[in-house]
Parts: sequence; C-alpha cells; structure tokens
Amino acid sequence: MRWAVIQFPGSNCDQDVYHVLKNVLAQSVDYVWHKDTSLNNADAVVLPGGFSYGDYLRCGAIARFSPIMPAVKEAAAQGKTVLGICNGFQILCEAGLLPGVLVRNTSLKFRCETLPVRVEHPNSRFTRDYLTGQVLQLPIAHGEGHYVADEATLDSLFVHQQVLFTYSDTRGRSTAESNPNGSRRHIAGITNRAGNVLGLMPHPERASEKILGSDDGLGLFTSILASAGLPLAQAA
Amino acid sequence: MPDPTITPELIAKHGITPEEYLRIQGILGRDPNFTELGIFSVMWSEHCSYKNSRLELRKFPTTGPRVLVKAGEENAGVIDIGDGWGVAFKMESHNHPSAVEPFQGAATGVGGILRDIFTMGARPVFLLNSLRFGDIRPNAPNAGTNRRLLSGVVSGIAHYGNCIGVPTVGGEIYFDPSYDGNPLVNVFCLGTLRTDEIRRGAATGAGNPVFYVGARTGRDGLAGAAFASRDLTEDSKADRPAVQVGDPFIEKLLLEACLELFQHPEAVVGVQDMGAAGLTCSTCETASRGNSGIEIDLALVPQREPGMTPYETMLSESQERMLIIVRQGHEETVTKIFEKWDLPCALIGRVTDDGFMRVKNHGVTVAEIPAKQLADEAPLYKREARRPADLDSRQQFDLASLPMADIQALLPKLLAVPDLASKRWVYRQYDHMVRVGTVTAPGSDAAVVRIPTGDNTWKYLAASVDCNAHYVALEPKLGALIAVAECARNLAMTGAEPLALTDNLNFGNPHVPENFYQLQQAVDGLAEGCRAFDIPVTGGNVSLYNQSPAGPIDPTPTVGIVGQIRDPKHITPSHFQNQGDAILLVGEIGEELGASLYLREAHGLKRGRPPELNLDREKKLHDAVRSAIRLGEVRSAHDLAEGGLLIALAECAIGGTKQLGATVKLDFPHARLDGLLFGESQSRAILTTRPENATALVALLELRGVPARRIGTVGGCELVVQTTGVAPSEFKWDVAELHRVWNVAFDEYLG
Repeated sequence: MRWAVIQFPGSNCDQDVYHVLKNVLAQSVDYVWHKDTSLNNADAVVLPGGFSYGDYLRCGAIARFSPIMPAVKEAAAQGKTVLGICNGFQILCEAGLLPGVLVRNTSLKFRCETLPVRVEHPNSRFTRDYLTGQVLQLPIAHGEGHYVADEATLDSLFVHQQVLFTYSDTRGRSTAESNPNGSRRHIAGITNRAGNVLGLMPHPERASEKILGSDDGLGLFTSILASAGLPLAQAA
Repeated sequence: MPDPTITPELIAKHGITPEEYLRIQGILGRDPNFTELGIFSVMWSEHCSYKNSRLELRKFPTTGPRVLVKAGEENAGVIDIGDGWGVAFKMESHNHPSAVEPFQGAATGVGGILRDIFTMGARPVFLLNSLRFGDIRPNAPNAGTNRRLLSGVVSGIAHYGNCIGVPTVGGEIYFDPSYDGNPLVNVFCLGTLRTDEIRRGAATGAGNPVFYVGARTGRDGLAGAAFASRDLTEDSKADRPAVQVGDPFIEKLLLEACLELFQHPEAVVGVQDMGAAGLTCSTCETASRGNSGIEIDLALVPQREPGMTPYETMLSESQERMLIIVRQGHEETVTKIFEKWDLPCALIGRVTDDGFMRVKNHGVTVAEIPAKQLADEAPLYKREARRPADLDSRQQFDLASLPMADIQALLPKLLAVPDLASKRWVYRQYDHMVRVGTVTAPGSDAAVVRIPTGDNTWKYLAASVDCNAHYVALEPKLGALIAVAECARNLAMTGAEPLALTDNLNFGNPHVPENFYQLQQAVDGLAEGCRAFDIPVTGGNVSLYNQSPAGPIDPTPTVGIVGQIRDPKHITPSHFQNQGDAILLVGEIGEELGASLYLREAHGLKRGRPPELNLDREKKLHDAVRSAIRLGEVRSAHDLAEGGLLIALAECAIGGTKQLGATVKLDFPHARLDGLLFGESQSRAILTTRPENATALVALLELRGVPARRIGTVGGCELVVQTTGVAPSEFKWDVAELHRVWNVAFDEYLG
C-alpha cells in the first residue's frame, strides 16, 4: 500500500506519521508538498497534525485552498483512504469532506494529555481491528478540538455509523468530565458517509509504540491495511 | 526628520557611561552619529556584551573530550553523543520582557532560544523551562499580579512551542516574594545534528553575498537589549514597545527552510540568527568571527513599516529573522528554497575585507564601525563584591526553640504549596508529545527523550533544569554547587550519565556590591560543581538588573544538564511502580533543617545554612544508583530535595500514573522528628526494587560506598510512616486524598 503524507506550511506531526508508517509498519510512504497537484497514485492519504498556516483565520481555513486539495478530494471521491489527524481533521471539515466544524475547547486552553477514547464499532476500515466499546488510551493535543454540528447532522452521524471514536472514561462511559474539549455528543472522530474518509482529534501516531506509553493507536493503521487485504508487515 | 543631536543626556539615556563614550570616540577616531550611538548602546549593553560578568564567566570549565563547539565560540555549544551525532543546547532568559508583557515576553523567549539552536544546523527536538514568580496564594500581597504573570508566561510558551512543533517536556516552577514584579523566564532548548554538519556564524570570503531571510523588519522590540540591561521600575510599562512580538508559524517555516538550505553546504558559508540587537549584532559578530567586514544597504532590507530610520532598522528586534552568508555563485540555491517556503529573502550586502561594519541607506553610508572592536572589545568591568552584612546572622536560627509542627496535618498542606504542588495545570497546556520522542512524561525527576539517528535507530537523552534559590540566597557558593549536584542527581535517578551543562545566571543590579558578591560566589560554586562531575559548561546566559524598587530577586543561577542513557531498558521512573516492591532509603541519615521548605512554610522562617554537600558522597551515590539500574535491580528512583524524606515518599506515592501507598518504618535515632522527616540533607534517594532483590541491592550499594537500608514496602492505599526511639510515632495518610490536594492546588489558585 502506498501512503502519502501531505506537508502543509506549519504541519508539525508529518514526521511522526511518516515514522510510524515507515518504521513501525514497514509501509511505502512519501511526503507530498502542499503546492503539488498530484498524489502520485497513493492508495492512502494522511493530513497530519500541526498548525497549518499558523491557524490564521480559522484552523484549516487556508489549507483547504492549497493546490493539493483537489487531488485529495478526488482521492476521497474514488473511495481511497483519507485520514485527517487533529489539524488534518480541521482541514477536512473546512474542505467540506467531512461535516461539522472544530472550534475552541470550552476550557479555552490548549490541552495535551493521554486519555480514554471509546471505539464505537468495528464496522469500518479504520476500526476493524478493535472491538465495540473498546477503550483506548490515546493522546490529544489541541486548543480547538470542540466538534460542533447541528442536531440533525449529529443524529445522522450516529444513525449512519459515522461516529467511530468518542471521549469516555476508562470504563467506556461518556460524561462531561471525560470530555476534554466540549465536543458535542463527545465526538472524537467521524467518517464521511461512504466511510473512506476519517477525521479524528486524537493522535494515533503518538500511541503506536509501547515505549511512548501506549500502542493503542496502532490498531487504526492495521485496520486500514487489513481492509485493503494486506497482511500486516513486520516492523523493520 | 533629522537625527537628534548627541548630548550628554542622550548618551546617558542609551546606557553609555562617559568613559564608554570616550572609548567609542577612540575606536572611531571621531564622534559617533545617532545611528552609531544606538549600535554601540545595544552591543555594549550588559545583555549583549556581558561586560559586568565576563570576567567571572572565565572561571567556568569549558573544554572536554566531547566538546565540539565551545562556550562563547558560536550561538550554542555542541557536544558529541557518539556515532557521528551531536547535540546543540543552551538556556536563555527573557525576564524583563515577561515582566511587562508576559505572553509575548515568554513566547519570544522560546523563539529566540530555538533560533540559537537551529542556527547551528541542529533540528530542535525538545524544550524545558525554569520559571519563577511571586507567591500566587490567595493571602499573598501581589497574588493577582503574580497569577496573571504565570498564566501569561505559560500561555506564551505554549503558544510558541506548540505551534512550531517542538515539545516542552519538563522544567521547574518556583515561587518567592523576591520575584514579585520581576518574574524569571529561563528557556532551554536542545537540538540534534550530524557532527560533520555543524553550521557556524562567520562571514568569510570577500564578495560573498549576505542574505536576510525571514520575517520583515518592523519597529517592535526596539532596543530590547538596552531595556534588559536596566532595573525594572514603575515606568517600565512605557518600555512595552521594547517587548518583541513573535510569530511561531513564520519561525516554523524559517526553521524548515534553513534546515533544508543546510543540506547544501557548498552554498552556506555562515549563518547567524537575529536575536538581541537584531541586524546590528548578527552583522558585526559574523564579520568579527570571520576577521572580515560586512557592508549592507538598509534599503534592501524587507520592512513592514514605512519610513523606518537606519537607527530603527539596525536596533529592531523583530523576530524570526536570520542572516546567511552565501558562497558567491550559489545565490539561486537560497532563493529557490525560501520561495518554496514563501518567506522573504533578500540580498542585502556583501562580505568585505576591510574589517568594517558598514551600513548604507540607499547608497549613503550611515554607520561605519570596526567590526571586531564593536563585537569583541566591549568594556570589561570588575565590579566590587561585598558579602551581605546580614548573611551570617540569617544563617543562624534557633533550632532548640523551634516548635514541632503537627505533622499529620502538615503533609497535605505542604503538598498544596505552589513549590511542591502538581504542575499539571501548566504542562497540560504544552504539547509535550509532538515528535514522538517523549519517553518520560512531565512530572519525573528528569525528562527522557529519544532522538532519531536514522533507520529507526535512537539515542536516549535525559535533561533537567534546577536551582534551589533559597540555598543560594543563604550561602551563594554552596547553593550554586548544590544546584549542579541536584541536577546531576536528577539525571542519575533516570539512569543517565551527565554530559554537559548550560547555565542561566539571574541576579540583581551588579553595581550593588552585595548582588555582585552573590554572582561571583555562585559562579565559583557552579565551576566547582562542573569540575567535580567532570562536565563542561557549553554556554549559557547572564541576566542582570533583575531588581525592582522593592529590591533584587533571590540570586538564581539556574543550571541545565544533559545526560545520556545508553540502553532504553535502563530508563528508570521516579515513582512507586508495583504493590509489594521493597523501598530503600539510600544515603546518610540527615536532619538538616537550615534553609528548608519546612522552615519556610511551617514556621515562616527563611533562615539557616543550606545543608552540607560532600561531593565525594554525592558522586558515589550517582555512580551506585546508575550501576544498580544497569544491573536491572531498580524499579524506581527518586532523589530527596525540597521537603526532605517525607515529601519524597509522598511524591513517590502520588506522582505516578497510578497512586500507590506504602508502609515505611524509620528506625533511626534522631534528635527531632521534623528534622528526620523534612530535613534536606543532600546525597539521598528513595529506590524501589522487587522484594526478593532488596538484600542484594542494599549489599550492592554498600559495596559502592553508599549506605542503604530497606525502610518499607509499597502497597495499600495509605502512606503509613512509623518512627521509633524515645517518642515513637505513626502517621497515616490516605493516598487518594494526598493526590487530590496535590493535584487540584493549581486549579484552585489559578482557576
């Protein structure tokens, strides 16, 4: 499987994702500069975390106009895997590839910690290696992770199984206390209707090696590989 | 508008003494014009020239087998860590700006130290910081202001570090009324590079083009260096324009563009960041290092405000700018890369061979100064030092009449004291995980970070910043020596071997002999500590004039030490790990209460002599703990520091990811119970190990000359401490409750 990791000006988790894909999962992965217009036939695209364009105007608001974005939209339309992490999620929402918007955390503060995130269901190319209700320990690091959409959209997301990840406590219960940013319905990650585009605020690439504390995030990547019918390659 | 005429008042306003003015006249062979006066003013300010401290700094040991770039040679020192890899690291202060504008002051402090690192060709991989404020507790006189400063500084550091994507992985925060109105913001950064790819800041090769890259120049931060070289007063608010404004996004682009450019060594002759004194400093310093001259035309400098005068352009401290000396013929390599990253990039001048820093404006020369004399021959002063008259009396306190505190009630109160309370409120605002290198989360004795060395190989570094300023205030030389020992001790607890040290000397007005005595003595102490642990000083920062009408700050010589852990298996956590583990107390039993947190917080006394430090004992402790760790015998290691034994035990119980109780019996003769529990005698640690290994571990440590004995077992949900002797006692604390008060304290103080 060929992966493309897009580098916007201000992306800062690009090297992290590249490392996990290349060194932990032995994947073929290339960086794609935001000024390019082609993804070079990549099978999967990652929009990594960071502060693209310095979060000027709104997070992701300017990145959505980058020259590479039409190619990303094309890949999404073709059913290819598109993964937006943190700022990547924000860009996908601004670009209209995902519904809703991410606004400022209700605490008004940037928050970086590892916390429990519940897997809603395994019926997706991103979660098939997890179990329904499985509680993962995943890192978050954001100031604008509060997911907002109108009630009709929120209902629809749940009805169509587009909500893949929600904030919860260690027992899988979602409460106000377990919600780090005020996201509606405790939403941490959603897909598009077709299920091939995922945006999530937590950073699975930061939880892919035990030495860093948790490898609960690895399942997201292995699910993608499994869904493409590929055996999991051993780490280099 | 014509330049103002040079009058004695104008000269004084620039912080230049009559003698210094004579010297300037001597160097130029004439009077300086207004622009040249400004240039000398910033280059010869204390902040840029260290004129009051340079003589003292020569006492530092700066050489060693691993030193690739020495202190003072370039923007940061570089240490060899093996296999063709090196680390560039340094600590710097941004105290005065943070006092008047905490957010931008702290943010640009981060920006500045980052640039000092990547200007060496190193990719910054982590940050630490050491912060000091006045008391933030509700009953403290300036609590509101101090809280505002703390919040602003933390937000500023978070804003800059998070956006640029360099993790802040650790640090320290302390509180004392002496920092009221004069907070300390010391920022440490470490970057990695291949040892054959070190970039230096010399302008060589007459005719080589000089490029300006990065953000456009504006009027912000004008004369920041001079501002940092004065006491803070009521009128300092008017100095707000001297606080620079930072843009971490631009710096991220600048960082990536520079690192990309550095992969073309044939194109880059020299590089220097524009920090304090911006264009002025970078041009004359590169020319001086290169034994050459530099000529620039300000009309070519990208400017973002109209009508800037040469004075303003040369003194501006606009952020996120670099000066690059390019090899003739390779200009296109540079312009292409900066175009890719959409950053301003302009050819502004050339290297010459006449030794002058020559500044033109639209072809007309507006300043012409011999570069070497400007950069390297600032005046050097030997200030008068005098031991404070009251120091001897402050070192006395009447132990015999000191009442015994209610220890059961005291422990939870102490854990909520800002110095000891959990700093989670702070570090949760810092992205401490970006770059997937952070092995040990904030809250441990030292930060442990893995750095990539290619093909999924890694090296493991540990780093800590430390200074107990109360010790330094009560005995400067010993206090500074202890700072080094404690920092190295923190590293030893994680399994690391110290490599080198950077220092940030924060002191008051050096013209006051008692302040200068503290600086002089502290440097002696640091130098002795470095020699004892065989670690060179690779560079650092001096911040003087930390003084308000209320008086000087406590002398605060912050040290930062970087160490290496060979094998990731040896990375050792600080806190209790498993039920049933045996707890060992390692080191001599001591009861020294002088200068202790207990005396300050339970009795309101800032008195006493700091605890003794026996360097031989201290080194034996570090070596023994490291040996034990390498043999796989140690589950956790935590050193004793503020608050002594009882606080260390409590921290082991509550500071980790899970809270674990313990039952501990202290079967040692002691004169006073509070001395036993809260004394801050040095060279001690709490270790835990598998219960079946306890006897062997004790034997191992004793063999290495370090007293050790088992004092208890990890387990249960209470911290139980029993003491024996004439008046045996038993204390019990619910660990969940201790954790709660420790954890919520900052939320309660800051909201």
